[in-house]
Amino acid sequence: MAVKLNVNSVEHTLEVPSNTLLSEILRDHLNLTGTHIGCDTSQCGACVVHMDGKSIKSCTVLAAQADGADVTTIEGIANGGELHPMQEAFRNNHALQCGFCTPGMIMSAIDLVQSNDKLSAQEIREGLDGNFCRCTGYHNIVKAVLEAQEQM
Amino acid sequence: MTTETGIGASVKRKEDARFITGKGRYTDDINLVNQTYLVFARSPYAHAKINGIDLEPAKATPGVVAVFTGKDLAADEIGDLPCGWMVKSKDGSDMISPSHPPIAIDKVNYVGEPYALVIADTPDAARNGAEAIEANFEVLEAVLSTADATSGPQIHENAPNNRSYDWELGDKDATDTAFDNAAHITKLDIVNNRLIPNAIETRAALGDFDSSTGNYTLYTTSQNPHVERLILAAFVNVAPEARLRVISPDVGGGFGSKIFVYAEETAVIWAAGKLGRPVKWRAERTESFLGDAHGRDHVTHAELAIDDDGKFTGLRVSTKANMGAYLSTFASSVPTYLYGTLLAGQYTTPNIYVEVQAVFTNTCSVDAYRGAGRPEATFVVERLVETAARELNMDPAELRRKNFIPPDAFPYETPVALTYDTGNYGISLDKALDLADVAGFESRRSDSESRGKKRGLGYSCYIEACGLAPSQVAISLGAGVGLFESAEIRVDVTGSVTAITGSHSHGQGHETTFAQLISDRFGIPFESVDVVHGDTGRSDYGLGTYGSRSIAVGGSALMSAADKIIAKGKKIAAHMLNSNEDNVDFADGRFTAADTNESLAFGEVAFSAYVPGNFPLEELEPGLSEKAFYDPANFTYPAGAHICEVEIDPDTGVTEIAQFVAVDDFGNVINPMIVEGQVHGGLAQGIGQALLEHGIYDADSGNLITGSYLDYAMPRADHLPDFTVDTTVTPCTHNPLGVKGCGEAGAIGSTAAVMNAVTDALGVIDMPMPATPETVWKVARGA
Amino acid sequence: MYQFKHHKSTSVDHASELHSNSDEGLYLAGGMTLIPSMKLRLTAPTDLIDLSSIEGLAGISNSYAGLRIGAMTRHCEVSASSEIPALASLASLIGDNQVRNRGTIGGSLANNDPAADYPAAVLGLGATIHTNKRDIDGDSFFLGLFETALDEGEIITAVTFPIPKRAAYAKFPNPASRYAIVGAMVSDSGSGIRVGITGAGACAFRARAFESALNKDFSVDAISAIEIDHSDFNVDIHASAEFRGHLIGAMVRQAVVQLTE
Ligand SMILES: Cc1cc2nc3c(=O)[nH]c(=O)nc-3n(C[C@H](O)[C@H](O)[C@H](O)COP(=O)(O)OP(=O)(O)OC[C@H]3O[C@@H](n4cnc5c(N)ncnc54)[C@H](O)[C@@H]3O)c2cc1C
Ligand code: FES
Ligand code: FES
Repeated sequence: MAVKLNVNSVEHTLEVPSNTLLSEILRDHLNLTGTHIGCDTSQCGACVVHMDGKSIKSCTVLAAQADGADVTTIEGIANGGELHPMQEAFRNNHALQCGFCTPGMIMSAIDLVQSNDKLSAQEIREGLDGNFCRCTGYHNIVKAVLEAQEQM
Repeated sequence: MTTETGIGASVKRKEDARFITGKGRYTDDINLVNQTYLVFARSPYAHAKINGIDLEPAKATPGVVAVFTGKDLAADEIGDLPCGWMVKSKDGSDMISPSHPPIAIDKVNYVGEPYALVIADTPDAARNGAEAIEANFEVLEAVLSTADATSGPQIHENAPNNRSYDWELGDKDATDTAFDNAAHITKLDIVNNRLIPNAIETRAALGDFDSSTGNYTLYTTSQNPHVERLILAAFVNVAPEARLRVISPDVGGGFGSKIFVYAEETAVIWAAGKLGRPVKWRAERTESFLGDAHGRDHVTHAELAIDDDGKFTGLRVSTKANMGAYLSTFASSVPTYLYGTLLAGQYTTPNIYVEVQAVFTNTCSVDAYRGAGRPEATFVVERLVETAARELNMDPAELRRKNFIPPDAFPYETPVALTYDTGNYGISLDKALDLADVAGFESRRSDSESRGKKRGLGYSCYIEACGLAPSQVAISLGAGVGLFESAEIRVDVTGSVTAITGSHSHGQGHETTFAQLISDRFGIPFESVDVVHGDTGRSDYGLGTYGSRSIAVGGSALMSAADKIIAKGKKIAAHMLNSNEDNVDFADGRFTAADTNESLAFGEVAFSAYVPGNFPLEELEPGLSEKAFYDPANFTYPAGAHICEVEIDPDTGVTEIAQFVAVDDFGNVINPMIVEGQVHGGLAQGIGQALLEHGIYDADSGNLITGSYLDYAMPRADHLPDFTVDTTVTPCTHNPLGVKGCGEAGAIGSTAAVMNAVTDALGVIDMPMPATPETVWKVARGA
Repeated sequence: MYQFKHHKSTSVDHASELHSNSDEGLYLAGGMTLIPSMKLRLTAPTDLIDLSSIEGLAGISNSYAGLRIGAMTRHCEVSASSEIPALASLASLIGDNQVRNRGTIGGSLANNDPAADYPAAVLGLGATIHTNKRDIDGDSFFLGLFETALDEGEIITAVTFPIPKRAAYAKFPNPASRYAIVGAMVSDSGSGIRVGITGAGACAFRARAFESALNKDFSVDAISAIEIDHSDFNVDIHASAEFRGHLIGAMVRQAVVQLTE
């Protein structure tokens, strides 16, 4: 089937099998490998991207459902050479170690901050419920999101 | 020299630039032209004979390229997956290591064990093929429980009573005597729950064979690519060592699970050679649950003898350690040399005896998981000590202090074969008591009580041995590999530096920390240092990263290579400065002749080394590049004090961590920011073990019940508190940096602190772990 | 995942027609249940009939009967709504932000997972389920494990929740999956108390013993002694039937406390 989608401000029209997932379009067809796969049951959040402005798990969206959508991935949030404040805050606060959860975590965190007024540390913890990190114990991730929301 | 990027500075990490922009390059991000996809057929049974496998339907599946079974690997003389550490039983006999063909041939011994593999043009086709395989299994009775393993049906022909070994350490008679004379004895039965590592990147492998050269390349998610290569070459016979290059690119967390050599990458690289096409496999999460070596799983009875003064006089420990179905790569060392040797903890207990039976069950193999043996040891010691304090009605901090090895007793030889080089346990405990405001605990407890909640406080003063370790000691104790580390420093013509290490970073930030070391040592900008790791094609040899060894062993190797560079630099500088090399000093990035006070920058000397116009080449080779192998003189002994405070809702059984304080002594610290991060991550895993995580097999079917995130409870952000983390410093006495290592401490110390807090809150001696809501609820109402 | 044919439906009738023309067709709403299950090859529809393109199936509006929520309304929209705070709060506890950004109320109810949250709201608030054929009284909608009163091919179009005088939802989440081990919706319509329970049994049910006690005396004390027969309750590694039975009391009490404090 044909799908048309805009990824990081570039239009793509692709011919893919019906059972293709958005994550597969990104990783296998568009070589945007910053979107990761960490589970098969839609829990870990390594695959989170934005679709029409909202964070979603790209491993649980069909290509057909993304037809016509605007998708933003971790590769698309920096403004030219300038990092997104959330990226900056993650680096600044050592909010990542192996980096595998990081793209999904950053994409979730951006949506979380954009969709809410000033969040408390506890609200950030609850708001990142859909993202696992096995390395950081989340402490520095929470710090990073607190810092980024001041900049966003 | 302390600068913004030197030793001791919280330098922001170099590697983050790629990770935060999605440019990390993990194994599954790599694709090769004409690549195929491999899917394994895995056993649905815990224990079964394979009477036959019909491959025809799989072969006929569209897109399928090839289908193989264990027999095909055997026909190519692919060997067993070995266990690299020989442990001997009490009676001097060798441990029993059953045959472990990468792909099961006659029998499957745990749910998820691969028995066939399907390679196809697409992942879907490979999966279709794997589903089409029809195997005829004859189901056998399975053994699942650690405690009862020795009386269950025998799994391996050569392992009667399902026992691999029956090991001991310490003086039994002296210990028994200590118990005979004890004023008080504290006893505990402890089950250390099975854990599943769950790095967020699942394991993956991509194999390539170049028929024109006969060379193999394996990209894989390994913590130690050289060891992987060694084992695949020497034991498994995949290819000669020199013909096999193992690359582990960015790796998304390991925690031990990516140390080992598994069936999957073996099959991948073998199949790539067989087919002459690249072969790729990426574990689905379910496969990770079923097949990544699990952690812990001990059943222990432990007793502590105490005299009238509250001094510990003896410790007696008897443990059954579950090995799973086979001995994984380093499995045998975990419940022995990484466990029994740590049972002295931070205390002067003079008599210790430990015996460990390693048993086989029809479950996934168990091997090193963050801390490996040391969390289990800490758990035994610290649960006992806390319980003793309660039984004796003593302040648990006071009882510990009374028994600490005093700071002037170092080096201290324990009764369980280790010599601690240095430490000061009291100052860490004091600092932790202060940070946790233990003085204010009682009022916080009454406040909780007024809200119908129960509050508890728990301590854990752990010690670990890391920086694994002197090769000769380890080899004499059964290790099959050396435990040194290699490093190479290549100074470029322009004075920039490539540092190549045999350590491996999968989150630890070596590219930053090691660059700090080099930039500090050479007085050159941090930015001009490039750190290379994870590729057997680029570094000579390496033992990789585990056991918190990177900075202590890998960093020290780098320092040795740096010393060699400076020594040679001095020789060159002496010629350039018309001085004598003994008169040349190197400091702050300059070679200075003491006699004339003239000096040259590091870069100038580097340039001269490669444009050798002014030194005699018959005496001195051109170039500036050095290698070093560093073998430590001892383990390092990080230690610390953890304090956990919990609040429990007795109505729902929910335990909340009200605060967690960790004060650790890691010796000198190169990058405090990274060290804190390592502690945070370890704490999350240790707390996870205490409250959430549990790998459970169905007692009847042998299925892994916790085979997905729907059932295995991973710590999430809102399960955890903000951590209070601090350090004290007693520098390691036997490595050039005075460092000890920090990767596992969080996971080693914290579990006991949490369980001590939970039992304190509930006013009970013991309770099962993890302290899930239902368990807590039952204990709280006395059921 | 196996291959299938994907259809964009333009209206409820069109969707229903596509369904009856398909071999083993399934409606696709948010996909948060269906897609994971297809990925694991546990479900293998021949056709997926996408409801997201149908206009008018999503959205929240007030009607004389209460709050009408279109079947394709996402959990995040319900959680942001203000008319029934207890319902918004329930929606905000489903899964995580990403699941709430996709999952729909219609999909959740049609699926009738024993641990899903919305069924507690349907029973606890006395909702009516509207389909392309009829209106179904919420009390007779959930029939058993993943089993509802829907006929083959019947489409949920909306749900109407009467607006209660006061209501509260308390949830005890599964520590791994975050679905409900037990969830309790307690509401006071002005003319009676309803207590809807999810997670404990094969499907959601009303806890009549709590309802009658609270009808007499709306207080924690009135219900603290109630013992619930847990013999048919679900059992898994996270909670025994007995613990689930206890949690029903605990969650109902938490909800009552919210409403009385
Ligand atoms: C990680 C994760 C966590 C979750 N946690 C929770 C939780 O805590 N609580 C909870 O309640 N749920 C939870 N869910 C489930 C989630 O709420 C789903 O969104 C919901 O169960 C299904 O809704 P959907 O719109 O995604 O339906 P789909 O997955 O698209 O469909 C589900 C089923 O309903 C059918 N269907 C869909 N719409 C209609 C309709 N209008 N008429 C008739 N049939 C229809 C479909 O054919 C399919 O069989 C979780 C899901 C995930 C992935
Ligand atoms: S890959 Fe785990 S949620 Fe998408
Ligand atoms: S940084 Fe490794 S999983 Fe989060």
